[in-house]
Amino acid sequence: MKNPPTTRKIKVLVAKIGLDGHDRGAKVIARALRDAGFEVVYTGLRQTVDQVVSAAIQEDVDIIGINQHEGSHIYVAKKLIERLREVGAEDIPVVMGGSIPILDIESLKSIGVKEVFLPGTPISEIIAKLKDLASMKVK
Amino acid sequence: MAKLYSKDAIDEIIKAYKEWESNVLPEWLSRMPERQKEFTTLSGIPLKPIYTPVDLRDHNYMEKIGFPGVYPFTRGIHATMYRARIWTMRMFSGYGGPEETNERLKTLIKAGETGLSLAFDNPTLVGVDPDHPLAEGAVGVVGVSAPTLLDMEIIFRDIYLGDVTTNMTINPPAPVLLSFYVAVAEKQGVSYDRIGGTTQNDPLKEFIAQKTYVFPPEAAVKIAMDVVEWSVKNLPKWNPISISGYHIREAGATAVQELAFTLADGIEYVRQLIARGLDVDMFAPRLSFFFDSHINFFEEIAKFRAARRMWAKIMREWFNAKKPRSWWLRFHVQTAGCSLYPQQPWLNIVRTAFEALAAVLGGCQSLHTNSFDEPFRVPSEFAAKIALRTQQIIAYETGAADVIDPLAGSYFVEWLTDEIEERAWRYIERIESMGGMLEAVKKGYPQREVEESSYRFQKEVEEGKRLLVGVNIFREEEVEEIRRVPLLEFNQEEIERRQKERIKKVRSTRDESKWRRALDELRRAAERGENIMPYVLNAVKAYATLGEIMDTLKEVYGTYEEPPYY
Repeated sequence: MKNPPTTRKIKVLVAKIGLDGHDRGAKVIARALRDAGFEVVYTGLRQTVDQVVSAAIQEDVDIIGINQHEGSHIYVAKKLIERLREVGAEDIPVVMGGSIPILDIESLKSIGVKEVFLPGTPISEIIAKLKDLASMKVK
Repeated sequence: MAKLYSKDAIDEIIKAYKEWESNVLPEWLSRMPERQKEFTTLSGIPLKPIYTPVDLRDHNYMEKIGFPGVYPFTRGIHATMYRARIWTMRMFSGYGGPEETNERLKTLIKAGETGLSLAFDNPTLVGVDPDHPLAEGAVGVVGVSAPTLLDMEIIFRDIYLGDVTTNMTINPPAPVLLSFYVAVAEKQGVSYDRIGGTTQNDPLKEFIAQKTYVFPPEAAVKIAMDVVEWSVKNLPKWNPISISGYHIREAGATAVQELAFTLADGIEYVRQLIARGLDVDMFAPRLSFFFDSHINFFEEIAKFRAARRMWAKIMREWFNAKKPRSWWLRFHVQTAGCSLYPQQPWLNIVRTAFEALAAVLGGCQSLHTNSFDEPFRVPSEFAAKIALRTQQIIAYETGAADVIDPLAGSYFVEWLTDEIEERAWRYIERIESMGGMLEAVKKGYPQREVEESSYRFQKEVEEGKRLLVGVNIFREEEVEEIRRVPLLEFNQEEIERRQKERIKKVRSTRDESKWRRALDELRRAAERGENIMPYVLNAVKAYATLGEIMDTLKEVYGTYEEPPYY
């Protein structure tokens, strides 16, 4: 007997935090993930950390994906991870993508961001990493 | 009017072409098959292996190509073009506080840039003060923080506004930033007829791309038209609007969509201004444009040429403008930020050079070249200088500026110019049938078109149909050199603290009653539907802050929120 197939899709929250309006990447990723069988919630522009955290909890997502092009990724990451801890949702892995200096990737990871995707990263690679993260979370 | 090629000549070429196709080509193809099944431009326009006079068989030279400085301006708006004066080298710059930006502007002027262009931070772009909760962590990051007249005074310290022209990439807060600029010029003793520059002030594209919208579409257009009307009456050298395709393209549009949506935005503005009772020849010469120059070389050149020809026709035939200056499409170009990648980032210098060359061969009036480090952060001085020097090399070494419209008459470029024009007209017709761009934007039509295109491009990259060096071909594992790219470093927290302190000081030292009266008068003028510009200028001079003025206007006009994506 085969194991029953898992019916629940991996659910990802795609969000932009702050005032930046560069939403091309966020929308492309949201759509590509949906096409790849993920369930995607995109929260739109000009969100605060608190709004994103409550959306993540309310929607019971498996992963939070933050798109940042405005240079405040470290600031945003710190606040987001801190807020997730405060509300006891630190088990939701956070990934980031956007215009991010390579040297900042290590800082972001030390803050607690699980993966950082730069422009030009193949979506297949992003999908694979998100699947890994989701399966780790289940354990 | 006579055709470029006689019927005899065309018949002869058709005959020879058929012979070549059946007698010469097959043997070559069997030995050396083409390297891909189909060739298309970046916008997906299919390309044939060669172009000949047959592709231009109906061309009438005077109607389609003509002479520079003469309708339809396909070859350029000036009869002399770069033989008389090189395009304006206008580097988009700004970061940190006004002090940092003042230094950067002076450095670039010293390095030979010939026009200024201010980049504002996100709080300024959406009209909130540095001490607003949404501004936290964003003050001075992607551009300069400029929330008060005092900040603007510092930005232009030791820069005489009578001698320079300045572009300001600012949209909903354009009345405020223009007022800052005018007030600084007044303080410097510069008369209104010498104040030159541009406010982007193009609200429709904010809903399609860039997304620094604040007010709902109708109000946003009304306010922008206030700026245009006030400027054409008071600042004869100011370009009060820069009708922008750049952001639409960066958001993923094709070249055709960029062109069509931009011209459709322009058509909407012209109608709005005429509806105000303005004479078309009074304002049309002050309209300016802004396009992207992407990596697909010939497509971009053809796009610029088609744009000039189309706008000339629109202004002359649709709107009956009489002055030749009203028919001009004057445009600024920025090389494509979205064509830059963080992988092997120095390759971006090469991409930018080709894109800049296309802008020059396309006849731009001013040009910004991106810096190679921009996938990471706002440019360092080192990177910005390489970008500026790229333009200088094109201007003074390559010879590209020595003959006007040198690619005219290329069978391929002329055909592609026609093809892009044709495709863009079809989009414009579609938008016209919806009632114009304001209506189309409210329906989300251009937004959806752009999203489709950006997704299609991404899929093409994933499938290897679009090749990007260092990204999906010739990739290298992370190379040590990337770590040594010297990025711009500045203490953002310190700048944010300084900007918060300064605005506090401005608020506590201004004449309270004068300030209050100015904001009250602004509110009442807005409620009456008057042109708000004189009142904004008055409020700025009373040291009302950007956020205070925008809040006053929001109370009257309301705000916009994007409808949910899913």
